[in-house]
Amino acid sequence: MNKIIIEHLNLQYSDGTESLRDINLNIQANVITVLFGPAGGGKSSLLRCLNRLNDLTEVKVASGKILLDGENILDPRTDVIALRRRVGMVFARPVVLPMSIRQNLTYGLELANEKRRSKLDEAVERGLILAALWDEVKDRLDDPAIALSGGQQQRLCLARVLANQPEVILLDEPTSGLDPISTAKVEAALQGLKKEFTIILVPHSVQQAARTADYAAFFLQGELVEAAEGKELFTHPKQKRTEDYVEGRFG
Amino acid sequence: MGKSKNWRETIITAVVRTCGYSAVVFVLLIFFFLLREGLPALAEVKLGELLSARWYPIENHFGILPLLTGSLIVTVGAMLIAIPFGIGTAVFLSEIAPRWMREILKPLVELLGGLPSVVLGFLGILVLSPYLRVFLNLPTGMTALAGALLLGGIAVPTTVSIAEDALDAVPQSYREGALALGATKWQTIWRVTLPAARSGVLTALMLGIGRTIGETMAVMMVTGNAPVLAIKLTSIFSPVRTMTATIAAEMGEVANGSTHYHVLFMIGLVLFLISLAVNIAASSVVFKSRKRAERVLS
Amino acid sequence: MKRRFSLDRFLIQRLGVSLITLVAALTVLPIIGVFGYIIAKGAPAISWEFLTAMPRDGMRAGGILPAIIGTFYLTLGTAVFSVPLGIAAAIYLSEYAQENRLTRLIRIAIINLAGIPSVVYGLFGLGLFVLFLKFGTSILSASLTLSIMTLPVIISAAEEALRAVPQSFRTVSISLGGTRWQTIRKIVLPQALPGIITGVILGLERAAGETAPILFTGAAFFLPHLPGSPLDATMALPYHLFVITTQVPGMPIQVQYGTALVLIVFVLGMNLIATVVRSRARAKRQW
Repeated sequence: MNKIIIEHLNLQYSDGTESLRDINLNIQANVITVLFGPAGGGKSSLLRCLNRLNDLTEVKVASGKILLDGENILDPRTDVIALRRRVGMVFARPVVLPMSIRQNLTYGLELANEKRRSKLDEAVERGLILAALWDEVKDRLDDPAIALSGGQQQRLCLARVLANQPEVILLDEPTSGLDPISTAKVEAALQGLKKEFTIILVPHSVQQAARTADYAAFFLQGELVEAAEGKELFTHPKQKRTEDYVEGRFG
Repeated sequence: MGKSKNWRETIITAVVRTCGYSAVVFVLLIFFFLLREGLPALAEVKLGELLSARWYPIENHFGILPLLTGSLIVTVGAMLIAIPFGIGTAVFLSEIAPRWMREILKPLVELLGGLPSVVLGFLGILVLSPYLRVFLNLPTGMTALAGALLLGGIAVPTTVSIAEDALDAVPQSYREGALALGATKWQTIWRVTLPAARSGVLTALMLGIGRTIGETMAVMMVTGNAPVLAIKLTSIFSPVRTMTATIAAEMGEVANGSTHYHVLFMIGLVLFLISLAVNIAASSVVFKSRKRAERVLS
Repeated sequence: MKRRFSLDRFLIQRLGVSLITLVAALTVLPIIGVFGYIIAKGAPAISWEFLTAMPRDGMRAGGILPAIIGTFYLTLGTAVFSVPLGIAAAIYLSEYAQENRLTRLIRIAIINLAGIPSVVYGLFGLGLFVLFLKFGTSILSASLTLSIMTLPVIISAAEEALRAVPQSFRTVSISLGGTRWQTIRKIVLPQALPGIITGVILGLERAAGETAPILFTGAAFFLPHLPGSPLDATMALPYHLFVITTQVPGMPIQVQYGTALVLIVFVLGMNLIATVVRSRARAKRQW
């Protein structure tokens, strides 16, 4: 079942140069879809279109559609606030808000005017458990979030997104600054999360892509070269460019 | 819920935007009012009369030349003090003084900048002028010199503060490069660091000049308030009258709508335009150097 | 030959450094002298009566309470008008405005407002508030005049404080479904608040010490009682100091120094508060 359908998407920078050219991609629900490729390929730009965060950047949609459950989110009449609650994002560097751990987690719900203490506490616990952080912080929820380690902060950012009860989770190189143990914890959490959520991941290495992908799409210089099931794409890629990149011949 | 939030956002955005434009509105408002009350002076007093050398409003003499020269001589005198002392102190704080000394002295200098000018004028009357009178054997200590000294003292903190920031912003690698090539510290300061901080230092000077031209109370209290032409070199040892002091001293006694009233507003307009010119010059200095930097870096 | 060359260079260096140090000393020592002198000569005049009683004998005796209260009222009035407007304008520049010609015009306007001579503000205040709007010589007119004068200081400081808040906070807030105003209200403004407060206090400190803008708009010398409403004129410390120094014969020197000392303490006290706010905020910062 397709959660997100991208049709003939073309992205441009504000000076007119192309960022992404004619992207067609189906993203299925409850799997981990990986968008990978060398730097500058347009993957992050595409990710930011999925929650309309590109509205804040220089990248504009020249043409095309992105359908979330059948509705085009690029339509100007879209309620982007509601969209961003359905489609959450974890960024490359952990950005904890200058508040306590608990307040970080309830921030999204407070934006939506949720005031009931019970609902907020529920969300805090749910997010932390799903992000595999609950045991480590359950006794110090009111400590400043900045006191956590880098890996813990990034899992807090994941928990923060989860507390908002999204349907889709976007992750843009989430483990690029983390040590291998923290990276493993995040990847394990994602495996658990895909049962309930649709996950789209931009990895920071080909190895991470191969480890985590149920479905993978290879981007090169603004073009979607090839997309297939993870195992297929990494062992028997159809395009030579894909094979060259996966084998490490360039990057 | 989405709709009502939209409403709120739109109203708030509109309010914030209006407040953002307020600065422009106020500048235009001030300009307009000065114009409105000052232009009639040009109609009521002949231009030749305005530019003459006699300021004696009681007998309808409105020559503003003595006031212009008064402001000029005091400003020039003040800058002659503020430039060496301001930049010298900035260089000292930034390049020569040890860290701990800088942490104490810089706030001290800024403290002087926070002193109300009326307090400095007060000290000028009670301490500086009598001292000048005795020391230089003058008929009175209330002279342009006293004004220049006080104004120099007022301009120095501003100059030091901004120039020191500019010098501090010069990357350490510049100094290290020069020293590695065999330059002494002194040579480094004059040939490398100061030129690199040039635009910031110039800005500091222009802001110092701006502050000096606009100063009212201190000069009014110590320059003696004699509206005579100050064009000789020795005029610095005589009393003078600045434009600012004239407005402050005479505005209270003027009949609303009289010629005197209009002329005072016109002087205010002149002061407004001068400060406008200085500010535009200062910001174009910064703008030009930024453009040059961008060209070099790109 | 070589030895003489290097002797010259280092001699110049030593002379130069000595000269600069002398210059700096000549700048710093008088500052200490000024403060020390006023404190020494003014302290004897300070007494409970001086600070809390009404003046007597044509201001030559008694206290300066009305001037202190007047300065307090004027500072408060200035804050009421300039702080909300200034912060809102800073929010516009930092969070809403794009870098185009209109924004540059606003910035030029702010720089110019900052550079206008204080006596010209006095003229403007006279023309607009006292005469045209018929508020008369009053706390209202003087406060409005001082507010416009203080506005550029507050806008600059507030904008700098807002810009210092990391952009990543805003991005995260938006990505969680926040609107721009929610982001400002819940994250940016609270985090910028210490810096804004510091700037506000420094701006008000300057307003408290100014004489020229209140000369024709609100200040009076001889008022038998304290101001009862914003439409009354008021005494004020800077103006009081000016008059007793220049226009009252037989004014005891001690009273003059005492008044100067009170004014300095008032103004520098605000400076101290601002500095404390700044350093405490820096220590507590969570980013």
